[in-house]
Amino acid sequence: MDGAVGKGSRLPDAVLVVVAALVALPFVPLVLWAFAGEWRFPDLLPTAWSLRGMGYLFEPGGGVPGAAFNSLIIGVATAAASVAVGLPAGMAIGGYEWRFKGVVIFFILLPILVPPLASTMGVHVTFIRLGLADTLPGVFLVHLVPTVPYTALILAGVFAERTGELEEAARTLGASAWQAFLRVTLPGVLPGVAVAGLFAFLISWGQYVLTLLIGGGNVVTLPMLLFSAASGNDPVITSALALAFAVPAVLALVLALRVLKPGGRADLIGPGKV
Amino acid sequence: MGARLELENVSHRYGGDAPALEDLSLAVEPGELVALLGPSGCGKTTALKIIAGLLRPSSGDVRVGGRSVVGTAPERREAAMVFQKPLLFPHMSVARNVGFGLRMRKAPRKESESKVHEALRRVRMEGFADRAPEELSGGQQQRVALARALVTDPRLLLLDEPFSALDASLREEMRGLVLRLQREGGHTTVFVTHDQEEAVVLADRIALVFDGRLQMYEEPEAFYDRPATREVARFFGATNFIEGRAGNGSVRTPLGNLRLASAAPPGDVTLTIRPEAVRLEAGENSFDALITSAAYLGTQVHYGLETSGKSLRVALPPHVRLAVGNEVTARLPAESLWALRA
Repeated sequence: MDGAVGKGSRLPDAVLVVVAALVALPFVPLVLWAFAGEWRFPDLLPTAWSLRGMGYLFEPGGGVPGAAFNSLIIGVATAAASVAVGLPAGMAIGGYEWRFKGVVIFFILLPILVPPLASTMGVHVTFIRLGLADTLPGVFLVHLVPTVPYTALILAGVFAERTGELEEAARTLGASAWQAFLRVTLPGVLPGVAVAGLFAFLISWGQYVLTLLIGGGNVVTLPMLLFSAASGNDPVITSALALAFAVPAVLALVLALRVLKPGGRADLIGPGKV
Repeated sequence: MGARLELENVSHRYGGDAPALEDLSLAVEPGELVALLGPSGCGKTTALKIIAGLLRPSSGDVRVGGRSVVGTAPERREAAMVFQKPLLFPHMSVARNVGFGLRMRKAPRKESESKVHEALRRVRMEGFADRAPEELSGGQQQRVALARALVTDPRLLLLDEPFSALDASLREEMRGLVLRLQREGGHTTVFVTHDQEEAVVLADRIALVFDGRLQMYEEPEAFYDRPATREVARFFGATNFIEGRAGNGSVRTPLGNLRLASAAPPGDVTLTIRPEAVRLEAGENSFDALITSAAYLGTQVHYGLETSGKSLRVALPPHVRLAVGNEVTARLPAESLWALRA
């Protein structure tokens, strides 16, 4: 199953070009709008250019830098916490056989299966009682609801491919269980951990409904700004925000793929492994 | 120097199934190389994992150097194990792999470096210290695994079919290497294998295990000359079995009265003789037989003989060519016959 997608079957270049075009084309008007000064029907291109959109993004007293900062903090914290929870869960599910495993997997998947609105209502009530509603830590916690199932399952897949033999070899060479985990298991699953963390970050980064419900408008993230801009009628501002929203996510993805691919080891993170 | 290893009534069962290991008792002397031999699934790997501490026996005791280690964690047993697969740590260089055990023991850096170098030299991999494991061939990886196990000078060296994944010529070379390293280091060694030839070549003593039970624990020659049971004899390639009744210094059989050089237990017995020990000549214990089959095997020719309703197998040098249907005189030398309790 290694690299069934990664290296085994190469798609013809023409297909790749079409797919890339389909993905990239919707972004073209977005970029144009973000830098447009004047663009009326039926002109094919804007008739004037401006940096008004960019100015709005980086305006010192404006809301965008703060919202981006909130999104980043919540995203990184969510990714870290999801991995911290998902790693032992994934290890237990993927690495060992035990009774009622199916039931536990079902419960881990529940947040994906149940509509988030339904469960978040209950969470909201609890968070109000705990004083977590309308706070940044509260939003961070509620973001874990959709991310932990993904990290746990991704890491379960990573651990399912491990036989435990490397750890056994380490034990007979004098490593304690903990040393074997730190020196052998962890380096081995690191690419999977990075993929899981990235997943969690992207889910959190794009979260709107949960942020709105728990944050109550007090915790402003990029998607909040984007949604309110989208319901207004300034396409320049909306497009500029959309870029600010999309570019970091794409960069994170590209960066992760680079970092995880030192000299032809891309198979470590191919979908086959995950 | 290796330690004395004792297993006493060691049993193990996985879940509710039949026991994987039942009442295994054996002692391995310091510096001795013992082969745990048996068909796959007979429990020999289970035994090795129990010795290593990777499995806890359901019952029984394991002692190393006279001290029970049943409750001791694997990392405190100084029992280095080499597996069927090399299992080198993929994110470490060859030298880092070999030095792993020394780092776990917090050995001083300078001393570690020279030990790693020496270990790599002994397995003839000194030029590969900075390579990644994935750049090495299977045989090279297994040599590094061997160096990694030996560098800590373990009290026990445990080998679990370490060469079964290698091709025949490489396997032979590796056997020589293991034998040399084991003799030099004096490591008490337990070697698991399903290959009786490998066990005979390597081992000081062989422990033969069927279905989780120890069948026989002796020097290799004994398995050919004095097998304990019919199954043991058959596992070592003895295919001739002749029923008879012992009395008056000889055994009465369908082939006539046969004299044995060794003592036969009184009563009903089964005589066994190896195919290569049967002679085509007249003399003591001889009889006439018909050649019923011939198979040329390159280094030997196997003939099927039939007499008095009994069939026997004979292995002869390849230059002896006889035609099927011929009548020959066959002799079962007294010193090659061995009596099993029927």
